[in-house]
Amino acid sequence: MRRIWNPGVQEWFGRILIFSWVPGFLIFSASAGEQVQIGSKKFTESYVLGEIAKRTLTDAGVSAEHRQGMGGTIILWEALRSGQIDVYPEYTGTITQEILKRTDELTFEQIANELGKTGIGMTEPVGFNNTYALVMLRSRAEKLGLHTITDLKNHPELKFGLTHEFLDRQDGWRPLAQRYQLNPQDVIGIDHALGYGALGKGSIDVKDAYSTDAKISENDLVVLEDDRQFFPQYKAVFLFRYALPTPAIEALRKLEGTIEEAKMTRLNAEAERTKNYTRAANLYFEDSSGSTRLRQTAGPARTDGVAINTFGESFPHKLGRWTARHLELAAFSLLLSVLVGIPLGIFASRGGAIGHVILGFAGIVQTIPSLALLALLVPLPFFGISVRTAIAALFLYGLLPIVRNTATGLQDIPRALRESAIALGLSARARLWQIHLPMASRSILAGIKTSAVINIGTATLAALIGAGGLGEPILSGLNLNDHATILQGAIPAAALALLVQSLFDLLDRVLIPKGLRL
Amino acid sequence: MSVLVQLVGVSKTFGDAAAVHTVDLSVERGKTTVLIGPSGCGKSTLLRLIIGLLQPECGQIQFDGTQLRADKIDLVRRRVGYVIQEGGLFPHLTARGNILLMARHLGRPENEMLARLSELCALTRFPENLLGRYPLELSGGQRQRVSLMRALMLSPELLLLDEPLGALDPLVRAALQKDLKEIFARLQQTALLVTHDLAEAAYLGDKIVLMNEGRIVQQGSLNDLRERPASNFVSEFINAQRSLAVV
Repeated sequence: MRRIWNPGVQEWFGRILIFSWVPGFLIFSASAGEQVQIGSKKFTESYVLGEIAKRTLTDAGVSAEHRQGMGGTIILWEALRSGQIDVYPEYTGTITQEILKRTDELTFEQIANELGKTGIGMTEPVGFNNTYALVMLRSRAEKLGLHTITDLKNHPELKFGLTHEFLDRQDGWRPLAQRYQLNPQDVIGIDHALGYGALGKGSIDVKDAYSTDAKISENDLVVLEDDRQFFPQYKAVFLFRYALPTPAIEALRKLEGTIEEAKMTRLNAEAERTKNYTRAANLYFEDSSGSTRLRQTAGPARTDGVAINTFGESFPHKLGRWTARHLELAAFSLLLSVLVGIPLGIFASRGGAIGHVILGFAGIVQTIPSLALLALLVPLPFFGISVRTAIAALFLYGLLPIVRNTATGLQDIPRALRESAIALGLSARARLWQIHLPMASRSILAGIKTSAVINIGTATLAALIGAGGLGEPILSGLNLNDHATILQGAIPAAALALLVQSLFDLLDRVLIPKGLRL
Repeated sequence: MSVLVQLVGVSKTFGDAAAVHTVDLSVERGKTTVLIGPSGCGKSTLLRLIIGLLQPECGQIQFDGTQLRADKIDLVRRRVGYVIQEGGLFPHLTARGNILLMARHLGRPENEMLARLSELCALTRFPENLLGRYPLELSGGQRQRVSLMRALMLSPELLLLDEPLGALDPLVRAALQKDLKEIFARLQQTALLVTHDLAEAAYLGDKIVLMNEGRIVQQGSLNDLRERPASNFVSEFINAQRSLAVV
């Protein structure tokens, strides 16, 4: 997506004003234009491959944008199919199992044919095979004399900490345990990046990893040999839309067979060490055979330009950008929640079937985990991987507290007072505006306050679908297992929530009639 | 003597709660009619039927010679003042805001409204400097005076009072009974008052209507009820109240 609303704190209030006038969705529906949109999954290698693709395309004269770490396989695949993105790096094993839903192993040609039917093309493998592996601390494995996965069978006391994706995959934990007849006493689900910390501290003994993972050498881990050849091939490829212009496809194809395992591990290690994916990607160009070609066509100025974009930015500026976007997401979705939630609450307060349906719907939305809600919205035509989706999800989450508090606030007005208003001869409209809403104002405002605080917190998840905000550092921090980076997002987000809370406390004094505050 | 409100064969039931059965009643202009009877006898229900908070299942209610109609009920409501036990004041509005609410809604001229407000304060003995207070900042008696002013603001032809003094302590209650009697007399106010206190009914009412289990048992002066009771219930009701008064 083109940065139409390039964030800046000073523009923030002006923008809120604009939002209250302009039908907001028009702003977000700005098309991607001619730029090739590259997506990547939420882990280092995918980020690096995305950056490599971006530079390759840019060097070939094709304008490209990289939307980092948008989510998992299904989100990326749906985004590609619906045209939200044009290219993303994927693995052959994942395509077979998760996208084509096949349980048998397919040849490379079979995969290409199946994908072709959906209008998606696939490059030849870029080189390395990043398959799943089970890893342990070297010291621990040596002490127990473990070399292969089969060896694990005799140690049911070992604690397994596996990623949620691995636990659920068709080629993941369950069939693996069956094949090797493993029956450990303790298997827990844990985030990939956090799992390494847990391994180091000894709170888990075995975890799943990717065979090119930089953390393997970094943390002195050993890969347990897959002695029964359970894990399928996970050759990295780029998936792209057939609609992509030929020069772009040709540029991508130049990456085929250029990255072997050792090199990918090194790029991954570089990315994690410098915390900079662009720099790691540049390393690929520097020591690849194509580097001379690139220097001739692009020159050093372009490399500098890339560098300035990402790591020339000062921390206060970045923080300002994240915060402004975060506030935009939260405020705009809150505005929608208020505009829709209060009328719905008024209807719901009248009870009856419609009231139950409204409250029931808002309640059900609230019970959907926020990640799942994002994943549900992404495949829908209007949404996709965009700020729109983030705002829609936040809007839905913000709805229930407002609807419910509006309804309860109105229902709590004593019957005698409702009847007094009727008996005076006030019209229904006047009763609503002059009597009912002011009397329910405390409850309604409390609902809005709850929504605002929830929105500030939930908006951190917007980074998962590339919508930015303070979730951006949290996500990359989680991915890099870097606490400082996580805190760069988490602390401002918490401070923001407190700030919003106190702003609303002040607002109470202005908006709740004095007679109700005695 | 003309009749302002006429009920003919009016019935209302809701579930097994208070109801009225084929009630005939006339409220005469310039007089105070008092509805009295035990709790749940249907006296408040009659008031709520007249102001259109409830619709009768059968029978007719005429106001000033015209039958009540759902689509015209707001016009009637503006000609009727309604005061309830706890006052029914809106807590988010000041005393002044409560009293002027309807006049403002109708777009009455500001100076006219303020003149009427001073007049009402004098009439109900309410200190004008308290008009800026919120209901929660007023005593129970003051709240009822404000509620009365709100009901009288548009000079209603009929005043409906549903146990207006029921929640007040005896001294305040006695003072307000005296003031109400004066106000009704001075304004020649047509009023329909609900109470369960026979002494109050006798003190304020020109006509007492005794109800039991949704029906009118007897109507007339206190003397009529005492000397010529229509049934055992009437004597029992009168005697019960009298014995309480003696104690």
